[in-house]
Amino acid sequence: MSKYKMHILVCGGTGCRASESDAIVANLKKELAAKELENEVQVIMTGCFGFCEKGPIVKIMPDNTFYVQVKPEDVVEIVNEHIIKGRKVMRLLYLDPTSQDHISDSKHMEFYKKQIRIALRNCGFINPENVDEYIARDGYLALGKALTEMKPQDVIDEIKKSGLRGRGGGGFPTGLKWDFASKNKADQKYVVCNADEGDPGAFMDRSILEGDPHSVIEAMALCGYSIGATKGLVYIRAEYPLAIHRLKVAIDQAREYGLLGDDIMGTGFSFDIELRYGAGAFVCGEETALIHSMEGLRGEPTVKPPFPAESGYKAMPTNVNNVETLASVPVILLKGAEWFASIGTEKSKGTKVFALAGKINNVGLIEVPMGTTLREVIFEIGGGIKNGKKFKAVQTGGPSGGCLTEKHLDTPIDFDNLIAAGSMMGSGGMIVMDEDDCMVSVAKFFLEFTVEESCGKCAPCRIGNKRLHELLDRITKGNGTLEDLDRLRNLSHVIKDTALCGLGQTSPNPVLSTLDNFYNEYLDHVNEKKCTAGQCKALMTYVIDPDACVGCTACARNCPVNAIAGERKQPHVINPAICIKCGACIEKCKFNAISIK
Amino acid sequence: MTKVKSLADLKQMKANLEAKVNLREKAETVEDHVQVKVAMATCGIASGAKTVMEYLIEEFDKRGISAVVTQTGCMGYCYAEPTIEVKRPGEEPVVFGYVDKKKVDEIIEKYIRNGELVDGIIPVNYQSIK
Repeated sequence: MSKYKMHILVCGGTGCRASESDAIVANLKKELAAKELENEVQVIMTGCFGFCEKGPIVKIMPDNTFYVQVKPEDVVEIVNEHIIKGRKVMRLLYLDPTSQDHISDSKHMEFYKKQIRIALRNCGFINPENVDEYIARDGYLALGKALTEMKPQDVIDEIKKSGLRGRGGGGFPTGLKWDFASKNKADQKYVVCNADEGDPGAFMDRSILEGDPHSVIEAMALCGYSIGATKGLVYIRAEYPLAIHRLKVAIDQAREYGLLGDDIMGTGFSFDIELRYGAGAFVCGEETALIHSMEGLRGEPTVKPPFPAESGYKAMPTNVNNVETLASVPVILLKGAEWFASIGTEKSKGTKVFALAGKINNVGLIEVPMGTTLREVIFEIGGGIKNGKKFKAVQTGGPSGGCLTEKHLDTPIDFDNLIAAGSMMGSGGMIVMDEDDCMVSVAKFFLEFTVEESCGKCAPCRIGNKRLHELLDRITKGNGTLEDLDRLRNLSHVIKDTALCGLGQTSPNPVLSTLDNFYNEYLDHVNEKKCTAGQCKALMTYVIDPDACVGCTACARNCPVNAIAGERKQPHVINPAICIKCGACIEKCKFNAISIK
Repeated sequence: MTKVKSLADLKQMKANLEAKVNLREKAETVEDHVQVKVAMATCGIASGAKTVMEYLIEEFDKRGISAVVTQTGCMGYCYAEPTIEVKRPGEEPVVFGYVDKKKVDEIIEKYIRNGELVDGIIPVNYQSIK
């Protein structure tokens, strides 16, 4: 078993699989067998390494060589050069963008330098479909320790002491939540894992379930023991097939080993887990809506109180935790609350996983201590803005969050600082925007999302958001007035104050934060009828400079709607009434005669 | 079939399974372990580098020394094959030439355990990329 001299880890996350990492594994196995090395070199498909920008990733151990953007056809060279001759394949190593050095050890890459991986500790390290590897990494030890050496209340106190707060967005203290559920007496209680990840651009929960499903299973059992529940439910989106598959495999293996089921480790404690599939409605991430959806009812939220801890699934006390929160629990019990509390800021302990997306060089999944600044995340780990453009804003917290700007870059990220800055942590999605992004359009995009996802139960959310969207739409089309800006702000506050659930209460945030931080851009749209970022098509006019135009007819020939007229060798003219602002003429003009006004 | 009947069972199981991921864990914290690179180019292999490498892995295991053994290409000392490079934690690497099983014993017991230099050292004349 341990005869293997080398391990080849291949990323098996959804992203890398989309880039054929399956074929890389198959080719590796084939090539190694052909060289009679299959008993010396082991090929393992792991979860996500996080550096999705550079995927598929192949890591060779113990050489600790990190190959990026590997293609199935590169396998022969890796085996012949690296595995057989011990020479690193230079062209597949990561190229540091500033120093232009090839880097083979991920620890030396800017992307990984500042990261501390707690929730992601096993992602990209173990085979998620093999419980043995999880056990070898201290898996289920926290559960064993709790069941044999700790009382349920001890576990709750330890989690309380660690300062762990909910990673799904709310930031509610996890230990306190468990305490409430434990204090409510009932014949049956439930532990629910909220895997209904829905923020645009966020994929940490999916990656954890794909890369380390057992950590979530173990944490759910721990929670069950603490609050006195014997049943666990995972509410997961049906659109996460790989995460569902790996979770099922993991649950089966845990049952087979007696780590789920009756009388776990001979302690008399029983716990089992079932899956419930969601149809991908954003509002079902809200815990009361989630519970109704699991009960087979419409996914609509209800007023709290009663909180799920009193009356949740089937009107029984229910504890709902997010995937990332749960993934941090076993480590806290093993390494101690003090260890966890020593990482992070005063009120936000530990680490947080962020999904970097948008106009950033290193798209991917990162885990950093709370208190890391946005600047460190975007410019050091994220490698800065794509194509050397200028940073404009970063949107955090998804549709419930807001846009933060240059002036917030040095704010240490934690739950409270982000709220003070007018945004929120949310589930950890970070969408980076550059000078080409129009902030009014960004607000409109998020409102479009909320209008689509509103369940329609309460009027402020159903009707209010629709009106917000209409106002924004009007402004982007050049028909907005100054009164509209006031209306936007007032309506936003009304919705925030009166909506029923978290979705409605936070949906105006993208509007308010862009109004606060980019008011001038709104004014430009309203007063000057101008979109400086050049995104709002209705506000653009394409003009041909008669002095620069030589009359080559290239633009006229390529215009799909025949909006350009002019004689050969004479300056051409665009008819703005016909022009659809597609930009085809600018691309074709060799004389830079066409510009957007 | 229940495999894990108690916490003791689980701990036993972990001890047995540790080897499965041990190699990966050590590689992540490579600076804390003895690192040995065996030159495994044609010249090295022809002179017995493969046997030396296998022997090293087995002996480290038997003697309870936490080490990472990797293979590397030709180090350029073809006249002195098999050659190995040994790096004790926090120290500069040292290259030994003409290594066989007997030499491995000596290197492990004298140099790796106690830092005593033994015969057969070749001055290092290259730099590696990080």
